[in-house]
Amino acid sequence: MDPTDTSNPAYFHKVVDCQYACPAHTNIPEYIRMIAQGDYTGSYMLNRASNVFPGILGRTCDRPCEPACRRLRLDGKAVAICRLKRVAADHKDDIQALLPEIPKEKNGKKIALVGAGPASLTVCNDLMPLGYACTVFEKLPYAGGLMRSNIPPFRLPADVLDEETGYIIDMGVDIRYGTPVESMKALLEEGYDAVFIGSGAPKGKELQVPGRKEADPSIHIGIEWLESVAFGHTSSIGKRVLIIGAGNTAMDCCRTAKRIGGTDVKVMARKPRHLLKASPWELDDAEEEHIDLVLCHSPKAFVIEDGELTGMTFEELEYTEDAEGTLRPKVVSEKFFPCDEVILAIGQENAFPWIERDLGIDFNEWEMPTVSRHTMMSSREGVFFGGDAAWGPENIIWAVAHGHDAAISIHQYCQGIPIDQRPEQSMNLKSTKMSLHEWSYANDYNPAMRREMRHVDMKTRFHALTTEVEMGFSPEQTEVEVHRCLNCDVQTAFSAPLCIECDACIDVCPPKCLTITANGPEEQLRNTLAIPAQNLQQDLFVSERLPQTSQVMLKDEDVCIHCGLCAERCPTAAWDMQKFTLHLPYAGDVKKEAVLTT
Amino acid sequence: MSSKQEIIHPRSPRNKLGYTSRDYEGAMSTLCAGCGHDSITAGIVQAFFELDIAPHEVLKVSGIGCSSKTPTYFLSQSHGFNSVHGRMATIATGASAANGKLACIGVSGDGDSLSIGLGHLSHAIRRNVNMLYIIENNGVYGLTKGQFSASADRGTNSKKGATNEMEPIDPVNLALNLGASFVARSFSGDKSQLIPLLKAGLKHKGFVMLDVYSPCVTFNDHEGSTKSYKYTREHCLQVVHTDFVPPTEEITAQYPEGATTEIALHDGAKIRLHKMAKDYNPSSRAEAMAYIREHQDQGEIVTGLLYCDPDSVDMHQREQTIEEPLNRYPYDKLCPGSTVLDEIQGFFT
Repeated sequence: MDPTDTSNPAYFHKVVDCQYACPAHTNIPEYIRMIAQGDYTGSYMLNRASNVFPGILGRTCDRPCEPACRRLRLDGKAVAICRLKRVAADHKDDIQALLPEIPKEKNGKKIALVGAGPASLTVCNDLMPLGYACTVFEKLPYAGGLMRSNIPPFRLPADVLDEETGYIIDMGVDIRYGTPVESMKALLEEGYDAVFIGSGAPKGKELQVPGRKEADPSIHIGIEWLESVAFGHTSSIGKRVLIIGAGNTAMDCCRTAKRIGGTDVKVMARKPRHLLKASPWELDDAEEEHIDLVLCHSPKAFVIEDGELTGMTFEELEYTEDAEGTLRPKVVSEKFFPCDEVILAIGQENAFPWIERDLGIDFNEWEMPTVSRHTMMSSREGVFFGGDAAWGPENIIWAVAHGHDAAISIHQYCQGIPIDQRPEQSMNLKSTKMSLHEWSYANDYNPAMRREMRHVDMKTRFHALTTEVEMGFSPEQTEVEVHRCLNCDVQTAFSAPLCIECDACIDVCPPKCLTITANGPEEQLRNTLAIPAQNLQQDLFVSERLPQTSQVMLKDEDVCIHCGLCAERCPTAAWDMQKFTLHLPYAGDVKKEAVLTT
Repeated sequence: MSSKQEIIHPRSPRNKLGYTSRDYEGAMSTLCAGCGHDSITAGIVQAFFELDIAPHEVLKVSGIGCSSKTPTYFLSQSHGFNSVHGRMATIATGASAANGKLACIGVSGDGDSLSIGLGHLSHAIRRNVNMLYIIENNGVYGLTKGQFSASADRGTNSKKGATNEMEPIDPVNLALNLGASFVARSFSGDKSQLIPLLKAGLKHKGFVMLDVYSPCVTFNDHEGSTKSYKYTREHCLQVVHTDFVPPTEEITAQYPEGATTEIALHDGAKIRLHKMAKDYNPSSRAEAMAYIREHQDQGEIVTGLLYCDPDSVDMHQREQTIEEPLNRYPYDKLCPGSTVLDEIQGFFT
């Protein structure tokens, strides 16, 4: 193998599994260390720099970071990254003074944004400090988009939403509530320098089975129903409720139903549990509230008697693996489930009836806009998409990541810099060595298991929709959980010319992820280690040739616990523990070679 | 860090006893970072792990010195005795006599064994005590700041520039001379050679002299030293490569025919010797001695399993002692009373 190029930020970035998996690349180990030091405000601001909504995401994020966490590979439980984010948000001081200053004199460029959800607000957050005038058109009377209308307040309190959307709106965003955009053509004619569409995926999917029309008054579309509850238009539901679908929207629906009149609430899933779309923790939370999860049942018909919905019939499915290993369902029986009302939560789609199709904005066969993954620009110059509007339903953190990318593009577009000349990531590496066996980070492995979130007790939580169920981490829980983090950003930096091949690092390494060997092809090297490097998702570090034997130092990044023992036992400081800081580009950062074309 | 992290690799292999190699470790080393001794410790851990020896069936003994600290760093669940300076061989002889069932490993250094303990070492060899005797050989007294030891080569320089004018005592030549049944030399920086030698040595019945060059990073790893990492790597001449093949394992390493000899051990395991140097004969004591001497004069450090007598008769066999460890032997038989004593006394009158 070629020696690893650690001067490219991509290598060490990948070692920080959580940060790498996060669409917004939040600097997770650093913010966890700041919490450990009691610097909640600093931790919050570091979060905010990349994910913009730490308080919201600390409660609702889909947490792509946690399945990636190295700790999961070691003791089976990821660090409670998301919960810790909320700790920072809960305990921070007033951060108003730390927000960027908004120039009084604008730069003359006007940006229109459709929808006041996380994508659009992120664009505003990035562009307002640069002097842009941002106008947001929102059909609802509140900001936040889906975060407001679809996530129930017992998961995400309104004041958290108000606070974090407020930080952006108060930058001087011209936000026009109750103003749906009805014609893209008309909007374009208003002469904005760029338009960003962050209108989400607002159309709930239908279930076309017999009886749908007749039973219509008792059937609700999940996201519409949640919105109607959120804005007080719906305040009750029948006792027996069936939720069709088992994604995260279904979880919000069933738990909401349980709070406004449902006593017998069932979630009807077509697939076995391990294939359900809902996050495992959301399934757990629903089950804790005594919601029945009925697996492997596919809806067949709505049953109507005397013009009233009395229940639904389902086909019970059995799944068997076929020759290729894919699960194939087989109908084994038919069952009737009585109910008073049904909520359909089987997915949502994009809908752009307000975008005329002759504006140069291309749509594909599924009526989805053609958007560049790289620049977020549509086929019409100056029109950008982001969030669910771009490629269908994803998570808030993805909308934020899109927003950052779109903001870079919009800025470059408005300043006449080609938008494909993106500003690059860069990095800082700084030694954490304090003295002989002392490092500026806590390098001792804490064997504690993951802390469990405390919930409001079952007796009180159903009294009001606004009672937040999760109580946040206690100081004791926080103290333990922060020390479960392995500090993967403190990198093992190796300098081949200094190595005398004494084997001290290899011998001391607790998970045995080092060796010195003759160089060879990757497959061979992966098997040279004392415990072969079987996780192909994780890279091998291969050093330059060592001075004495011309062999190479080999490291399997998979289960390195970043304890620094290799560096402690190295007599020549060939190993050092260096803190890696990834510098992410945001709007306003410009690639050095980028040239102005105007 | 004062103790090693407890976490193990989730796919850590386990031996027949269900242990991982981490279960054979001891306390965290307090030796200088980069000390060759730590590498030998890691080799010992690996050898016991691979041989499926239960830690509580091991006796580890040592004397005084950096090397003699190392039993603390391996097999924390075994029996140990840290003797006075140079007396490891005596303690080991006594312990082995009392309990022949324990696997006995003694760790000493060039100072402990070749100066103050030289007499005791000689007699342990002569008695053919069933033990693995390791000399962690670095040519200096590291614990007292780097004075030359008895194994320092003539002409070698100390860190402060003094030159050693005396002839060295070479433990390999010494052991061959005194009739040791298993004599080997290795280097702490080459575990592929060291670990099979440790395993073969632990399985050999009789006294095993394993001299391991183990650089002292603090006092003897400079230019002008003949026991530095660099010098040792440049002057090592491996004449025999050893494979240890456990009873149940098939032989996988292939060597050209004629150059390989096999030694069958009592439990079905095999030691395979592969000659790297055509003109080397590990089964002849006289030829081995001549070869080693000759290459020593050329500045080469001959390593590998240098001499092995698989038919050696160890102390227990020779003395026809009982198999049962004395601490488990019934007291009335162990101490049969004054009548028997009188009989024995009578024999001498």
